[in-house]
Amino acid sequence: MNRLWTVRGRKLSFQLDRRMVTVILLLLAANAAAVILCTGMGSTFIRPLAVIRTFLGIGDPSDSMIILTLRLPRVVIAIMVGSALAVSGALLQGIVRNPLTSPDVIGISGGAALGTVFFILFCSQLSIRYMPLSSIAGAFAAACLIYAFAYRRGGVTPLRLVLIGIGIATALSAVTYMLILTASFTPTAVAVKAFTFMTGSIYGVSWKRDVLTLLPWFAVLMPAAIFYARHLNVQELGDDIATGVGSSVNAKRTMLLLISVALAGSAVAIGGTINFIGLMSPHIARKLVGPAYGGVIPVSALIGSLVLLLSDLIARVAFLPLDIPAGVFTAAVGAPFFIYLLYRHRNT
Amino acid sequence: MLTTRIQKTTGLLVSLAALIAGIIASIAFGVTDISWHSIAGSFTSYTGSQEQLIIRTARVPRAFIAAAAGASLAVAGSLMQGITRNRIASPSLFGINAGAAFFVVAGTAFFGAGSLSTYAALAFAGAASASAIVYVLGSIGSDGLTPLKVTLAGAAMTAFFSSLSLGILLTGGQTFDQVLYWFVGSVAGRDMSIFWSAAPYMGAALLLAFFLARHMNLLALGDDVAVGLGQKTVYIKLAAAMAIVLLAGGSVSIAGPIAFVGIIIPHLTRYLVGLDYRWSLPYCAVLGGVLLLAADIGSRYIAFPKEVPVGVMTAIIGVPFFVYIARRGDR
Repeated sequence: MNRLWTVRGRKLSFQLDRRMVTVILLLLAANAAAVILCTGMGSTFIRPLAVIRTFLGIGDPSDSMIILTLRLPRVVIAIMVGSALAVSGALLQGIVRNPLTSPDVIGISGGAALGTVFFILFCSQLSIRYMPLSSIAGAFAAACLIYAFAYRRGGVTPLRLVLIGIGIATALSAVTYMLILTASFTPTAVAVKAFTFMTGSIYGVSWKRDVLTLLPWFAVLMPAAIFYARHLNVQELGDDIATGVGSSVNAKRTMLLLISVALAGSAVAIGGTINFIGLMSPHIARKLVGPAYGGVIPVSALIGSLVLLLSDLIARVAFLPLDIPAGVFTAAVGAPFFIYLLYRHRNT
Repeated sequence: MLTTRIQKTTGLLVSLAALIAGIIASIAFGVTDISWHSIAGSFTSYTGSQEQLIIRTARVPRAFIAAAAGASLAVAGSLMQGITRNRIASPSLFGINAGAAFFVVAGTAFFGAGSLSTYAALAFAGAASASAIVYVLGSIGSDGLTPLKVTLAGAAMTAFFSSLSLGILLTGGQTFDQVLYWFVGSVAGRDMSIFWSAAPYMGAALLLAFFLARHMNLLALGDDVAVGLGQKTVYIKLAAAMAIVLLAGGSVSIAGPIAFVGIIIPHLTRYLVGLDYRWSLPYCAVLGGVLLLAADIGSRYIAFPKEVPVGVMTAIIGVPFFVYIARRGDR
């Protein structure tokens, strides 16, 4: 049996890995099921069938009000934020060739969080549309800072990058806390909001404000990531070989880094610093479809979205009427997973 | 830098003087300016005036807590760098502070722990669990405790514990207000009884650390040499680990998780007096106190009249040092 399907058109022909197609279809189904669960569960339970009827436009009007206005935006945000973080992590792991990095571990998310909090505190007269810009600027500044500090004697070693990144991450979160705590209004209410944001959470999102703010970034960056991912395969061979086979390594790498940073930045703008998704998802993806980035990127995205959907569902439903930041649950799952990763990579 | 015994002793005395000056400055400076006269008066002829009340209930405990937490964190960092042989080892980066904080938060929220002694006990338990986890994780694999693995494990455990703590805090509602500042690391607004609840443990652990100094010197030669010279390295490491847990846990229970003191000061003392732990540990204790006192005094003015938690100050001061150390880290 052939592992590959060949698709031939008049102008275009390509081959599809069977396994990859199967995995993607299965994950799409799992995501769809998660979406139905997430929109159905909550303080009012709506049966899956009724949810599907609502999506088809033939549901109960009171159901559709709960589903379409209250729960669906949150679900859409979870999908976008989860997949953006996952893809950002996958790209980053490819770029620095270290399987244990992710935007939250090495401080890129921290920079984005600082940018976001800065925007919330000082640019409140501007439209929220500009918030991702501020976050991405923060993420980008943090990435530059980390890279510059880690650069020594013509190179950046993974160890130095990770060490510096962790140090910078600690400092950035301290500065963010300082901004929050010294802000010139009643501390507690704002601080609770800001701390919730720092843990990573997606409550109270709305179509108009959050979904429409994130969507343009997502729509541009995600295809760019999938398109550029193939260059990572070449880079994995090492800089010399990559240059030898004709890849303009540095330009491509910069582009990939930009995409990764912007994805993390825009995700943090809406979802806050949600830990561990960027670290976990690429690993699960590689386990499922092998190391080629053409498959890893889309599969990571689907896994990231699934993880965040489920985390947010637990966060919302398990402790009713309390709404816990979803980041707590990604951390609860992510830390044991990280231990497993350390164990697997124990001799590298 | 300081080579002879006389120089080292003089240096230590100067540092001690700086520590005392720091304590006095911490008592004197702040939002309410207090005259020297009434500071002296609050100890010699206590009248119960507003100023004297501030001094005795707020400023004095604050100064002592800062000094004790700074000393403990610095000594803990030095011991950790010694036994893991990793130059960026420190209670905050290796998840120990976050673990202690998590246990305190969880104990308060779920088991209604309210008394000061349970606070300290919880912090010790958390520090011990976190350090055990990170140590085990960092040493998985044939090449043992590599800097990369242990650092990543520490970062992951920090993220894990602080996410859980924040989750608990955010759902707790009312307790949030009280622990907010503490959670970022602060020495403000607590009284002397908090200090006394942890001081005996921290004092005992400091003494234990000083007692271990000679053995730490041997350990620094490498496990093989130390064993060859007849040292029971396992016991020394265990004793050091116990001291670390008491020092880090104690400082978290009085001041919250404060970062970077445990990294900066041991490096500074190594630069000042070299590798001999018999000198560097006392220096760590004194200079750690000085650093945290200075950071705390600075934190009162950086966003005047609002106060910034001292943990923020140490993080801001700490980064340049940290970057320098990490860049030198792997040659």
